[in-house]
Amino acid sequence: MADSTAATLGTLTALHAAIAHDSAEKHVAGEALYIDDLPEPAGLLHLYVGQSGRAHARVTRLDLTAVRAAPGVVCVLTSADVPGRNDIGPVQNDEPLLPEGIVRFVGQPLFAVAAETLPKARAAAAMAVIEYEDLPPLLTIEAARAANSLIEDSQTMRLGDAAAAIAAAPHALSGTLAIGGQDHFYLEGQVALVVPGEDGDLHVWSSTQNPTETQHLIARCLALPDHAIAVEVRRMGGGFGGKETQSIHYAALAALVTAKTGRPAKVRLDRDDDMVMTGKRHAFITDWQVGFDGDGVLRGAAFELAARCGHSADLSIAINDRAMFHADNAYALKAAHIVSHRLRTNTVSDTAFRGFGGPQGMMGIERAIDAIALRLGKDALDVRLANLYGVAGDQTPYGQTVTDAVAFELMTELAESCAYRARRTAIAKWNAANPTLKRGLALTPVKFGISFTANHLNQAGALVHVYTDGSIHLNHGGTEMGQGLNIKVAQVVAHEFQVPLERVKITSTRTDKVPNTSATAASSGSDLNGMAAQAAARTIKDRLIAFAAKEFTCKPAEVVFAMDGVTAGATSLTFAELVRRAYFDRVSLSSTGYYRTPEIHYDRARHQGRPFYYFAYGAACSEVAIDTATGENRVTRVDILHDVGRSLNPAVDLGQIEGGFIQGMGWLTTEELVFDAKGALKTHAPSTYKIPTAGDRPDAFNVAIWDRGENREATIHRSKAVGEPPLMLAISVFSALTDAVAAAADHKVMPNLDAPATPERILAAVEDVRRRAADV
Amino acid sequence: MTKPAKARPIRFLLDGEVRELADIDPTLTVLNLLRYELRRTGTKEGCAEGDCGACTVVLGEVVEDFVRFRAVNACILFAPMLDGRALFTVESLKRDGKLHPVQRAMVESHASQCGFCTPGFVMSLYARQRDRPPFHTTTLKDALAGNLCRCTGYGPILAAGDTMGPDPDEAEIEALNKALYAIQPKKSLALAYKGRQFFAPRTADEFAALFETYPDATVLAGGTDVGLWVTKQGRTLQTLISLNEVREFKFIEGPPDGDLRLGAAVRYEDVQWVFEKRYPEIFQLVRRLGGLQVRNLGTVCGNIANGSPIGDMPPALIAAGATLVLRKGAIRRELPLEDYFLAYGKQDRRPGEFVEAVVIPKIPADRIFRLYKLSKRFDQDISAVCAGISIGVEAGQVTDARIAFGGMAATPKRAAACEAALTGQPWTEATVRAAAEALANDFQPIDDMRASAAYRLKAAQNLLIRAFAEGAGAARLADLEPAHG
Repeated sequence: MADSTAATLGTLTALHAAIAHDSAEKHVAGEALYIDDLPEPAGLLHLYVGQSGRAHARVTRLDLTAVRAAPGVVCVLTSADVPGRNDIGPVQNDEPLLPEGIVRFVGQPLFAVAAETLPKARAAAAMAVIEYEDLPPLLTIEAARAANSLIEDSQTMRLGDAAAAIAAAPHALSGTLAIGGQDHFYLEGQVALVVPGEDGDLHVWSSTQNPTETQHLIARCLALPDHAIAVEVRRMGGGFGGKETQSIHYAALAALVTAKTGRPAKVRLDRDDDMVMTGKRHAFITDWQVGFDGDGVLRGAAFELAARCGHSADLSIAINDRAMFHADNAYALKAAHIVSHRLRTNTVSDTAFRGFGGPQGMMGIERAIDAIALRLGKDALDVRLANLYGVAGDQTPYGQTVTDAVAFELMTELAESCAYRARRTAIAKWNAANPTLKRGLALTPVKFGISFTANHLNQAGALVHVYTDGSIHLNHGGTEMGQGLNIKVAQVVAHEFQVPLERVKITSTRTDKVPNTSATAASSGSDLNGMAAQAAARTIKDRLIAFAAKEFTCKPAEVVFAMDGVTAGATSLTFAELVRRAYFDRVSLSSTGYYRTPEIHYDRARHQGRPFYYFAYGAACSEVAIDTATGENRVTRVDILHDVGRSLNPAVDLGQIEGGFIQGMGWLTTEELVFDAKGALKTHAPSTYKIPTAGDRPDAFNVAIWDRGENREATIHRSKAVGEPPLMLAISVFSALTDAVAAAADHKVMPNLDAPATPERILAAVEDVRRRAADV
Repeated sequence: MTKPAKARPIRFLLDGEVRELADIDPTLTVLNLLRYELRRTGTKEGCAEGDCGACTVVLGEVVEDFVRFRAVNACILFAPMLDGRALFTVESLKRDGKLHPVQRAMVESHASQCGFCTPGFVMSLYARQRDRPPFHTTTLKDALAGNLCRCTGYGPILAAGDTMGPDPDEAEIEALNKALYAIQPKKSLALAYKGRQFFAPRTADEFAALFETYPDATVLAGGTDVGLWVTKQGRTLQTLISLNEVREFKFIEGPPDGDLRLGAAVRYEDVQWVFEKRYPEIFQLVRRLGGLQVRNLGTVCGNIANGSPIGDMPPALIAAGATLVLRKGAIRRELPLEDYFLAYGKQDRRPGEFVEAVVIPKIPADRIFRLYKLSKRFDQDISAVCAGISIGVEAGQVTDARIAFGGMAATPKRAAACEAALTGQPWTEATVRAAAEALANDFQPIDDMRASAAYRLKAAQNLLIRAFAEGAGAARLADLEPAHG
């Protein structure tokens, strides 16, 4: 990869260059400011949030007398203190800011204490006297299904007659796969700071991916107009979907304190509280069924996806829709029947997490393909290749035709470069000679649909100012959570004006600069905001061209921006000089920009349409080893080839690919959410919830951006979204572990390995295949 | 209670300048001191329990006649533990507006994304760069295992660690050493704060006398456990007595062919270079215990003294046949390590009595000595099962066996039935399988978030079998290279 920061910073070839994250020098020096680092305003109050201790109960007594009387306490809030609508549900109105009478999960915010210091607020909260009358809780997918507890009606997506196709197929297989959830474990926990202005206005600093929704919901809770609330975010210390809605609850509580007391207020969740109180990736149970021919080519597939959504709808409807959209992953199912159950449970409300249901959706078909290969005695890679879009068909179950399929090229190229076939042979030989340790190998594709599936969200705005010294102020609706959105958008703007990157000032996202924005989510940040910022820059540039053509009497086509300057006919001048002269000629040097994704449409009632503008693709090959005596496991080698179109910034994109992969690997291996019988999360800190460390990354880790990648759609400089898709490359690890377990019984029977594949699950799966193989 | 007379302040170096702290809460963490008192906000809080490394700072510490630089977690380090030390934070590195080579390498490797964990990684790399052999027993990955990053997947950070240039200013180290020696306390530290007390005596006798006077005091070693009582449980600790400043407690003693005696204040990383040479199995186990930041503060004896059923040192050292030295006032007694653990939360330790040392016998080369740790994550995880297996074999017969497990009972415990099934039997797979079966009589483990009872028992049995198989040359998972095509 091209490395270079110093070398490329300041050159005019900013586009497609491996430029360092704009905040990198501040990150390493401790100078990048996160919300808790901002100078604290005088009179600041600190919040601690009192939680429900029960999964489902009527609160029969909430005595906060001692809390109010505790030292340093200024204000104690309950549902009665919410002046507006007591609801922060982003889609359905089913999530109270503070509950009235009934609590619905262990950890639900029940009351809030504001005190002079955080320790005082925390100590005071512990003095609350709370009595409950327990109600029957629904804690698991199974229990919620039995009770038919749903956040909305179950949804169905159809392509042809899957049941008939499976029945008529030469072979059929079915199975069930349980898939665990995942905590985001952003390193910076939820945090917000609210400062009062005049007229009851509030300025809200929130670590959020969703400033506009934060603004709207705070306004609604406080019965204020949207214009009274300004939300600002410079950067998050990680988001991953966990700050798309989950941040809003805490910002709103702080805003309520400020509205009540007139004093600034800060809320910052302790790690354990954060993990207990905030939503996670949905856990799923997937039933799958496939019919196929003797070559392993699918004739039809049926999936029943059951998801734990938690106590409220939050974003679960769209997340489960996306799970359905990705039940095919990269394969032409020919005939499909996909049913999705969205289960309301007495657990924390599950939420957006990188992939947004897509990863869980893909797991079923990948398991099915592994099962087909084992049944037919074929290499799973051959079964995968035979079923890919572009090879076996192009119709998705939701009516979109796949026109940009490149998975076959990616996979064959990767199989070649990582010596898949030779290693497969070597591993089979090695396994035959080793009774206790077993190796596994898998090469899996990712095809990920790009666009918000809620159509209205596919729009973005930007605001660009050019100052008379030629410096440029860039603002857009996207938020920076580490993914490098700001540097990419700045590259786009610098390229438009052909000025050095350092002329472009990246500024914090604010609802009073660019309004009505969508969450920075769905991998759409650069696609949407890059285009909006380009539009704003082009508006200004067109004005400058018109001015220059007039001023220097040439044709507009003869005005050329290059190398920090402008040539207009026979005249050359610096960019700054042109700008200065334009100002004196009274040319507006500020513009908004706007973009809406074209061509997409979706009829949700029928689950048919073109929900995605395009697809992002990738392929990964993972090699693992397991110890069949203990279930211990290691990833020994990873090879990745990923399509990002024409990369806006290869350094940033590689970071997303590698980071996404490791995060996905954690989801499928070491990261386990354990709830006890009463619904309390027992793995609520890094001591018990284990995300990957440096040691989990294999030394043999080869990652490359596909050099032939180019977006066929007119996206920003033909790049492709990269935030989410790489996470699902880690399904190759799960598939390889499954392969290693199968090897423990000479591939005679298909393992029932659930995710996450902890040592315990692997050992159980090994013992299970050995038992069943002995019966065969 | 006697109030210590005329307390001297805590004195430490920050960016080479002497700072003094008086009248502070003795359990104020260094992280909160930095962030909320000194407003140095580069150091971040990620977990407040010593597991994520976002708060990593570096301590310069005089060890006999040289200075060591250790990465530690500021979130569970109490401010009085800075006394006589040099503190470096991420803000310390940049000079005259220029990034330090560690920082430069991080930028050039694209090693930060959200940036929140970044200061911690920078400081871990900085400590690695400045600390000196023979203490460098860690690989780069081990040195970073105590730092969690959720964005990068670690590749670029490892690349930065591999490419970082040398520390720019050797001369500065001389000046620092001088300044550090200049603030070495002569007198013990005694702090009083709102009726609470913190003592840091400097001799073993002084420590023993103080603990007899305050038998209910909390004994503070590295604070990697006690710190969480404050940050997570919100406890107010009335009296703390630190053993960190007692020189005799830091002794690592023992001839190469004899016993190894570790004093109460010997930290894991102080002794790893000895373990590496003399007890490679213990070395490999300790490598996975906590992150480096935890091992830089946590003590071997503390892992024993706190009586946890899931500490890794007890099963390892019970198997090794270690002896504990307990002291109360001037009276010492010794007992086999396994006898220290009476029941859950209950140890054979009298009021005012403390663990002064642990003595580890030399393990004969012909003895089968294996330590195994099972956890969801390889590095820096608490064991679901930790096994210590020590078996003597002569002429094909098992002469004696010491089999101890952590995570299998309410205390670290020897497996009597298993040992009986081995002793006197031929050293064969059949014997080992029978002994593994016997573990079911020794242990009735529990289900918890780390593993089920069934897994614990089955895996424990299989570990015993593994010890036999490895003796016969079976490969280890950790040693596997990728397959070659």
